Amino acid sequence: MASLWQREMVRFLRQRSRVIGALGTPLVFWLLVGSGFGSSFRPATGAPEQGYLEYFFPGTVLMVLLFTSIFSNISVIEERREGFLLSVLVAPASRLSLVLGKILGVTTLASLQGGLLLLLSPLLGIRIAWTQWPLLLAVVVLIAVALSSLGFALAWKLDSIQGFHALMNLLLVPMWLLSGALFPMSGASSWVRIVMLANPMTYAMSALRQVLYLGEGQAAPDVCSLATAVCVTLLFGVGTLIVSVALVSRRSL
Amino acid sequence: MQPGRTRTQLQRLREPARSSCPPAVSTEPAIEVTNLELSYGSVQALRKVTFSVSSGEIFGLLGPNGSGKTSLFRVLTTLSSPTAGSISVFGENLLQAPGGVRRFAGVVFQSQSLDRKLTVTENLRHQGHLYGLRGPALRRRIADVLDQFGLSERASDIVEFLSGGMKRRLELAKSILHRPLLLLLDEPSTGLDPGARREFWQYLEALNRDDRTTVLVTTHLMDEAEKCHRLAVLNEGVLVALDTPEALKSRVGGDVIVLRTPHAQQLSLSIGSWFGLPVAVVDNTVRIERPKGHEFITDLVESFPGQIDAVTLSKPSLEDVFIHMTGHAFWESSH
Repeated sequence: MASLWQREMVRFLRQRSRVIGALGTPLVFWLLVGSGFGSSFRPATGAPEQGYLEYFFPGTVLMVLLFTSIFSNISVIEERREGFLLSVLVAPASRLSLVLGKILGVTTLASLQGGLLLLLSPLLGIRIAWTQWPLLLAVVVLIAVALSSLGFALAWKLDSIQGFHALMNLLLVPMWLLSGALFPMSGASSWVRIVMLANPMTYAMSALRQVLYLGEGQAAPDVCSLATAVCVTLLFGVGTLIVSVALVSRRSL
Repeated sequence: MQPGRTRTQLQRLREPARSSCPPAVSTEPAIEVTNLELSYGSVQALRKVTFSVSSGEIFGLLGPNGSGKTSLFRVLTTLSSPTAGSISVFGENLLQAPGGVRRFAGVVFQSQSLDRKLTVTENLRHQGHLYGLRGPALRRRIADVLDQFGLSERASDIVEFLSGGMKRRLELAKSILHRPLLLLLDEPSTGLDPGARREFWQYLEALNRDDRTTVLVTTHLMDEAEKCHRLAVLNEGVLVALDTPEALKSRVGGDVIVLRTPHAQQLSLSIGSWFGLPVAVVDNTVRIERPKGHEFITDLVESFPGQIDAVTLSKPSLEDVFIHMTGHAFWESSH
């Protein structure tokens, strides 16, 4: 398991384009979308005064986590059919350690990048107290585990990278769009609100947002309490992890 | 002590150094496959396949694409489950306890299983970890196999910069890192030029000879098949023949005569009725198996003047064996 984790790190660092893409894309996205929508954005009623760039910031962190989890799992599709994973599958190492090694590797990468981005928050006037960091990072890691397990399970089921891209555009990106990353639920029409409530990523977003503003004395008003948000995210993570392990344990591909 | 395994085999699993291995002479079969069936939906990939591989031999599975050999390979490497039948590998039931087989088999896939972004050594190190090897023992073993396969000088190169032949050798090195009793290879020399293929087989034969590793290899290449001690010929999921390459070739009656002609069907009927012989049409050529072929050719050409464009006479090859057993060419059209 440690071996698979280590492999993930080395691979990532050797592919410079991935390092740049994973961090650069969300930053560009954040600046462009954030600045463009800035003037038309109306914060939720009763919310503390904040600009759109600031509102969108936690959303960008979630995007980094999502993108890293997705892109690092794409290799699963290729490697299972022809490649490194085949030799893992015929080795006596347990299937559980295969799944965990991969997911933990991806989680580490995603969390590190999410954490790096969070370091920028003082620039936006978001003050993160030292005591807040452990909780903040814990939430980031939790979300990363959930998203990498989701990415792994999807990648395992699919047999082509094209299919994975289609699914990403059809499912994963909309899940992110409707998670409260771009706009708050309070301003949405009722059917969108229902979809958002059913979207597990909404709770991940909510947890992240609330933890980020914990130091401000007042949590940003949101879909649910921090505890509920964390619990739902945890359940989501455990669920996708179990699905991943179950998929890999099945013999015949 | 796991049941069903001999003392020598267990020793080999634990033995730290290759040179101290006693020659494992055993009459116990390495693999026993009984009535194996595999279907994907309505497609039957394997039908009642039964054979056994003796310990210490190089066993070939010969068949064209779609004959079921890769399906069989996937079952043997524990990647898919068969629909029916049983397999035991060194006395352990593969279907009930795949873990045992995974421990003492090494696998070389048709496709690359190396991580192209890692170095040669890193690839081997990860492989070692998968089989529970660590620390100084693993480092020594890696140095040994690198040396054995002539890869020592490239140890710290990233795999994507190796030549095709070297990558294949590294695949082989990787598969035997844990000293498997059994080596399973799926069309291992696909994509190699003849020189690199010959070299690959020299390494494979050395492994079989020096380490007494049992080898099972699938192939569609006749020259590879010739190198196996025994061959199982697969056609459309059915095992059509099983013997040594020599014995298989002797099944073909004498020499093989192939006639090129514009009207193969017509000519074959005329020859058949004229000489009272079984005559086949394969790939638009007329094909006759007959002892003392050179004498028969004279009769043929004299009896059917102007109808034959070209004649070839040859000793039976494995390809002829395949045609003899199945009635059609190994490669249905283009080859």
